[in-house]
Amino acid sequence: MIRRSMGFRISHYHQITKSPKHAWLAAVLCVASLLACQPAPEDGRKPAPKAGQATLYYFTWSDYVGPELLEEFERQTGAKVVVDTFSSNEELLAKLQSGASGYDVIVPSDFMVAVMMKQGLLAELDPAKIPNAQQLVGALATLPVDPEHRFSVPYLWGTVGIGYDSSVIPTPPDSWAVLWDKRYEGKISMLNDQREVFGAVLRLMGQSMNSRDPAVIEAAKARLLEQKPLVKTYTSDHFDQLLASGEVVLAHGWGGPVARAMALKPSIKYIVPKEGATIWADCLVIPRTSRNKELAMQFINYLMDRDVAARTSERLLFASASRGAMALVAAGVQNNPAVYPDEAALGHLEWMLDVGDALRSYDRGWTELKMK
Amino acid sequence: MTGSSGLRTDARRTAWLLAPALAWMGLFFVLPLMVVFLISFATRSAYGGVEWAFTPANYRDLADPLYLRIYLRSCVMALATTGVCLVLGFPLAYHMARAPARWQGIWLVLVLIPFWTNFLVRTYAWMNLLRADGLLNTALIGAGVMRAPVEILYSDLAVLIGLVYGYLPFMVLPLYAAIERLDRSLLEAARDLYAPGWAVFTRVIVPLTKPGIIAGCLLVFIPSLGAYITPDLLGGARSMMIGNFIQHEYLVVRDWPLGSAASFVLMAIVVAGLWGYQRAGGVRA
Amino acid sequence: MMRDPRKAWLRAASLGIMMFLYLPIAVLVVYSFNAAKLSTAWQGLSLQWYALLARDHALLVALQNSLLIAAVSTAIATLLGVSAAVGIERLPWRRRTWLDGAFLLPLVMPEVMMGVALLLFFVLIKMPLGLLTVTIGHAVFNVPVVTMIVRARLRKLDPHLEEAARDLGATPWQAFRRVTLPLVRPSVIGAALLAFTVSLDDFVVTFFTAGPGATTLPLKVYSMIKTGISPEINALSAMLVVVSMALVGLSLVMQRTNEK
Repeated sequence: MIRRSMGFRISHYHQITKSPKHAWLAAVLCVASLLACQPAPEDGRKPAPKAGQATLYYFTWSDYVGPELLEEFERQTGAKVVVDTFSSNEELLAKLQSGASGYDVIVPSDFMVAVMMKQGLLAELDPAKIPNAQQLVGALATLPVDPEHRFSVPYLWGTVGIGYDSSVIPTPPDSWAVLWDKRYEGKISMLNDQREVFGAVLRLMGQSMNSRDPAVIEAAKARLLEQKPLVKTYTSDHFDQLLASGEVVLAHGWGGPVARAMALKPSIKYIVPKEGATIWADCLVIPRTSRNKELAMQFINYLMDRDVAARTSERLLFASASRGAMALVAAGVQNNPAVYPDEAALGHLEWMLDVGDALRSYDRGWTELKMK
Repeated sequence: MTGSSGLRTDARRTAWLLAPALAWMGLFFVLPLMVVFLISFATRSAYGGVEWAFTPANYRDLADPLYLRIYLRSCVMALATTGVCLVLGFPLAYHMARAPARWQGIWLVLVLIPFWTNFLVRTYAWMNLLRADGLLNTALIGAGVMRAPVEILYSDLAVLIGLVYGYLPFMVLPLYAAIERLDRSLLEAARDLYAPGWAVFTRVIVPLTKPGIIAGCLLVFIPSLGAYITPDLLGGARSMMIGNFIQHEYLVVRDWPLGSAASFVLMAIVVAGLWGYQRAGGVRA
Repeated sequence: MMRDPRKAWLRAASLGIMMFLYLPIAVLVVYSFNAAKLSTAWQGLSLQWYALLARDHALLVALQNSLLIAAVSTAIATLLGVSAAVGIERLPWRRRTWLDGAFLLPLVMPEVMMGVALLLFFVLIKMPLGLLTVTIGHAVFNVPVVTMIVRARLRKLDPHLEEAARDLGATPWQAFRRVTLPLVRPSVIGAALLAFTVSLDDFVVTFFTAGPGATTLPLKVYSMIKTGISPEINALSAMLVVVSMALVGLSLVMQRTNEK
């Protein structure tokens, strides 16, 4: 990142700022530019909550809620919603663990919910206040974290699989092994996530992706080292762009972004390998430090409303956890295996769990992989 | 005014001048630093918290060849970045210093303007440029220089380009300041003595601008050691620099003790280098 | 004359390097007019991202936060830095080297470390994260910047000037304000400018010290990585560049009229 300079002198700035008239002009321009950052009035959203108006602080994945949905909630309840976004679970945890929060509703992934629960960071939910969360999709019944949903409500879920370009790979692959296929050297991207990458190779080896056996992890690492020359890049953020532009023909990634790539390039397809893959769920939770728990539960209930959930699912191309929403989702999205996994895939999905001290082995293996 | 009473009020006034800055840095820098130092001796608890079981294990773990290789790789990359920045920055700084007085301020701002845009956006722009079907390759092929695209993106070269780009101004500005203070008559004298251009450069200009060169090198070397976004994006995350490792430990693995230890080792390397340079008679920055 | 080819070479090299500096800027300006969302394809001209930008409340608030934090933290850093620089310069040589190192330390520290240290500290003293904590963090790493730059200029000053002013009857404060300060003002402004630039674009320290409602532009852009960075950011960056260039042009014009 940008850092600092020392020891220089802009002696000739003296000329520019010699006259106080110029200094005033500069100051006026600065203030003007600050003011110009106020959004246009027809945008309709007040920049600050009115005194006495309840405010809900929502900390979520970037782009998870559309402004229209927020506005509807604000109209219904008279409250104001302030949205902050993050891009990784760890970021979320770091903020929460530090004790200084101020958020009312946050959206961690399933394994992070487990961590937060064990650390006592979450507030208990009152099911009576969240009736919309009672009817959940069957696949989520196996969610090992918080099975009674005392602290969390699953919101969006999906799988991790392989996006591929069917115009280059006409016969649909069905195994993780295709990512080791030398024919596609330099045209493969893997996630930049140590648990997911190890998870893929562990399933390929017929092992659980939550294995704690050092020998197994070592063997997995060896296979990943073999694969590295074929991998163009490790990225969790723009593999969908890489697929759409043709820079890679095989991408290890979440279904949602691959679905987005499909819209840009229809020959892109998605499979969940037969050896098994990760199933994940992002959940709505309330931190214990929230000052607005009632409003928070109202908000969660609103997000899980069939109609709202269906629209969210269509917009984000992630599967909604609400059973009622599934019926309302547009057919094109419902039938897209990248968004709503099909029956065959549902059979061999595995939830990512904490591996305790074995994390050090994974960590070391990942470092060795990167340093090869 | 002057005299013994003046000296005492001088000392008091000096104390008043230094006090606010020292208090600020003491509170918001030194104290947090102590906290991190303490953490580097702790251990990671089961779910990524910190267990206060004091042990030097983290530092011992870092003595592993794997991690030492990461430090070495980062140093090499940072040195290369510094070298290229110096080669590119010197001509630009020299030209700026010799520009008409009215233009010098303009030059300085022009050099800074690209850095008022967003860092990530600039990095993505570089990814665009260096891609196999990006602008650079298209231009080179169009000009007939090459027939097939060169894979620059996702390589060490791309990371180097990105780092050089990001830190160039911080080489140019100190260099400019040093060159600007050069006494032109000394250069003229050298030329009057029939010194060839190259000798004028190495024997007159370089020694006289040494403080600026050192300052610029430090300001490029130190931060590029800790860079992590550039290697991740432009290097395709195919390799690890120490910045990636520290960020990985803090944010992904959530092993704050190990991350803190790695950070302190990095800081120690830099401080040791600086101190060694000072002792060897280096110039005060 | 032997000088000309050298001068021409210098000019060509400088222009080349400036082109290098502005190449990605040109790219992002061009793509801000791209009708396609992905930067990998070109789909014709469009102003939609600019239109979207004008309506994007969250992004504009982030920009506002960034500018506010940069302004305030620069002001704090400049005040503290100038006073520290003046203070250090008055000290005897031996004490100076110790403070030299002390002020250099924040620049040497990896940013991740600084960010984590600040976060932990704020938590320990139970200060809620928000705009204030980010501003404090920025001021912390900008104080050494200002101190170094102003000191470099102070060192070249004739120390007898202030003494002479005092001999002529000025109070110490008057001597400082009317003699020393005007002479270092260019450096102070330059330092403030640089501190402002650094603060605007800071990501790592901000990341760790930001709280609810304190999103800055770099944070916002980073959080958009997962869903693809919208070309709105390109539009925003392009506008920032245009505004900055306009200000530069304006100051050139003002200088010319000033000289007349």
